[in-house]
Amino acid sequence: MKKKTIVIGVIGNDVHAVGNKIMYRAFTDAGFNVINLGVTVTQEEFISAAIESNADAILVSSLYGQGELDCRGMREKCEEAGIPNILLYVGGNIVIGKQDFEKVEQRYHDMGFDRAFPPGTDPQVDIDCLHKDLKMDE
Amino acid sequence: MKPVLLIDFGSTYTKITAVDVEEEKLLGTASSFTTIFTDINEGLENAVKLLEQKTGKLEFAERYACSSAAGGLKMISSGLVPELTAEAAKMASLGAGAKVMKVYSFKLTEDDADEIRAAKPDIMLLVGGTDGGNSECIIHNAGVIAGIEDDFPVIVAGNRNAARECEKILSPTHKTYICENVMPKFDQINIEPTQKQIRDIFLERIVTAKGLSKATDLISGIVNPTPAAVMKGIRLLAEGTAGEEGIGELLAVDVGGATTDIYTICDGRPTKGNTVFKGLPEPYAKRTVEGDIGMRYSIKGIVEAAGISKIAELSGIPVGRCEEMVEHLSTHTDEVPCEDDGEWARLDYALASMAIDTAVERHAGHISEAYTLMGLSFIQNGKDLSNIHRIVVTGGSLIHTKKTDEIAAHALFTAASPYSLRPVRADILVDRNYIIAAMGLLSEHYPKAALHIMKKELEDMGTVISPDLGAQKEESKFVPDMNEGSCHGF
Repeated sequence: MKKKTIVIGVIGNDVHAVGNKIMYRAFTDAGFNVINLGVTVTQEEFISAAIESNADAILVSSLYGQGELDCRGMREKCEEAGIPNILLYVGGNIVIGKQDFEKVEQRYHDMGFDRAFPPGTDPQVDIDCLHKDLKMDE
Repeated sequence: MKPVLLIDFGSTYTKITAVDVEEEKLLGTASSFTTIFTDINEGLENAVKLLEQKTGKLEFAERYACSSAAGGLKMISSGLVPELTAEAAKMASLGAGAKVMKVYSFKLTEDDADEIRAAKPDIMLLVGGTDGGNSECIIHNAGVIAGIEDDFPVIVAGNRNAARECEKILSPTHKTYICENVMPKFDQINIEPTQKQIRDIFLERIVTAKGLSKATDLISGIVNPTPAAVMKGIRLLAEGTAGEEGIGELLAVDVGGATTDIYTICDGRPTKGNTVFKGLPEPYAKRTVEGDIGMRYSIKGIVEAAGISKIAELSGIPVGRCEEMVEHLSTHTDEVPCEDDGEWARLDYALASMAIDTAVERHAGHISEAYTLMGLSFIQNGKDLSNIHRIVVTGGSLIHTKKTDEIAAHALFTAASPYSLRPVRADILVDRNYIIAAMGLLSEHYPKAALHIMKKELEDMGTVISPDLGAQKEESKFVPDMNEGSCHGF
C-alpha cells in the first residue's frame, strides 16, 4: 500500500519545538510519510505544503494557548485552495486555561476540524485515528 | 605571451576583452555594435580592429564567447504553488542566466496558452508537485502546453511520478527533456540538474536560432548565456580556486538600461540568535532580475518604486523638472550625461542610487518580529546579507561616475526599512572595464588567471558604512548577540 502523507507543524507564533520532534518521530516510525514544517507555521504554509505533496491529512499543534485564534478560517482556506476534503486534526493546549474538553472539541468541529486532541495525548491515539479516518486497514 | 579573446555578444554592443593567460594580465577591452541581422562576425571584427589599434596585432590562441543577443534566453515556467515549486522554477531559470518572461502557478488556462503562444519563449520549464506528491496539475499543464503550436522545447522537472506521462503528452508536439524534480521534498530545492539542461539546450538549439552559429566556427569553447558567465565569474571571485582563496561571500549589482541584476554568493542563513528560518531554502549562488528597474528603458519603474520626491531630494532638482527629465530619457534611451556634475548627471546619480536601493531590498531577506511566550523571537524569510562585507558593482551609471561609492552605499541597511536584512558595512569594488563576464568565460579553462586578473582589475573604492547603523540597533531591537540565541528550554 502507498504510504500516507501527513503535514505536521506548530501553528502561529508558537516556538515549542520538543513535542513537534516527538510527533515527527512517532508518525515516521508508524509508517507515515511525514512533512514536518517545524515551529511558527502559518495556515498558508500548512496548506501549500499539503497541495504540493498531495497530503492526506494536516495535523496542527498548538501549545501556547492562542490556537483557537490561529486556527480560525483554516478549513475555509483549504476549500479555497482546492483541498476541501483534507483531514484536519488539532492538538495540544489548544485553548486558554482549563476548560471542559468536550466543549472545546465541539468548537473546533464547528471550525471544520475533523478531530481535536487534549494536552498529553499519546501519539498512538492520533495514529489509530489516522488509520481509521484514512481507511488504512480496510 | 598567450593571448585569449573573450567575447560578449550583447543586444546592442559586442564587447571584447583580451587577456594574456601566461602573464595573467588584461591586454585591453573594446566594443562595437552587434550585427545580429547580417553577420554577427562583422561586429566582432570591428571590435577586434578597435582593440588592436590599442594593443597592436594579437594572435589569439583561444576564443570564448557568451551571448545575450536577440533578446537573450527567454523562458516561461509553470509550477504549482507560487511560493514553492513555481518559485523554485524561477530560481532555476534565473540562476542559469535566462530572462524569465512569466511564471505561472496552478493550472494553466486557455488564456495562459494564448499568452505563451504570443510570447514565443525559447524554453518552457514545467514543474509542480514534490516527488510522490501532486501530479494532477503538472499533467493538466502538459496537456495545455502540448496544444500550443510552436516548436519551443519543454523541460519537465516536477513530480517524478508524473514525468513519463508528461513526456508522452508533450513529445508529439514539443521536444521534451526530463530532469530531476526542482523540489523533490518539501524543504529541499534541487535546481542544478535543470540549470545544466537549460545550458545544454541553449548550446544545442538557441545558438543556431539566434544567428550565432557563424561565430561558433571561430570560437574554441561553448557559448554561454551572458548572465551565466557573470555568475561564474562572481562565484570564482568569492570562492577562489583549489589552490587560492577568493575574497569571500559577496553581493554583486549590475544596473543596466532595462533591468537591474543582483547576485549573491553566500548561504544567507540567520546570523543572529532567536531567529527561525521560514520558506523555501535559498540557493547559495542566487541571481534575481528586476525587470522594472533600469536606467533608461525601465526608468519609470525606478520612479514608481522610489517616488519622484525621493529622486528630487537625492538629485537636488525640483520635482517638476525631474518629471520632465525622466520623460525625456524614457524616449531618448541612448543619452548619457556628458559633464560630471551637471543636472543630468545628478539625475542619473539619484536614479542609480534608487535602482540599487530597490533591487537589493527585493533580493535580500527580511525578518519579522514574533512575540512568543518565550519572549521576542524573529522569523526570517530569504537570505540574511547583513554579514556580507563586499559589494561588486557594474553598469554604465556606476562606472562612468566618480560617485560610485556613494551610489553603491544605497545597497546598505536603512532605517526606512529596518526589517530588510541588507549589508551594514562593505567594501565597494568596481568593475570599470566590464570584465566579470569575460573572466567567467576564462575560468572554464584558466580559473587561476581569471581570479588573479579580477583581483587586480576590480577597483577598491574603500568601505561604506550604513548611516543608520545606530538606528538599526535602537529601533528594531535586532542586535547581534549570540548569547541570546539559547533555546530557553522549550
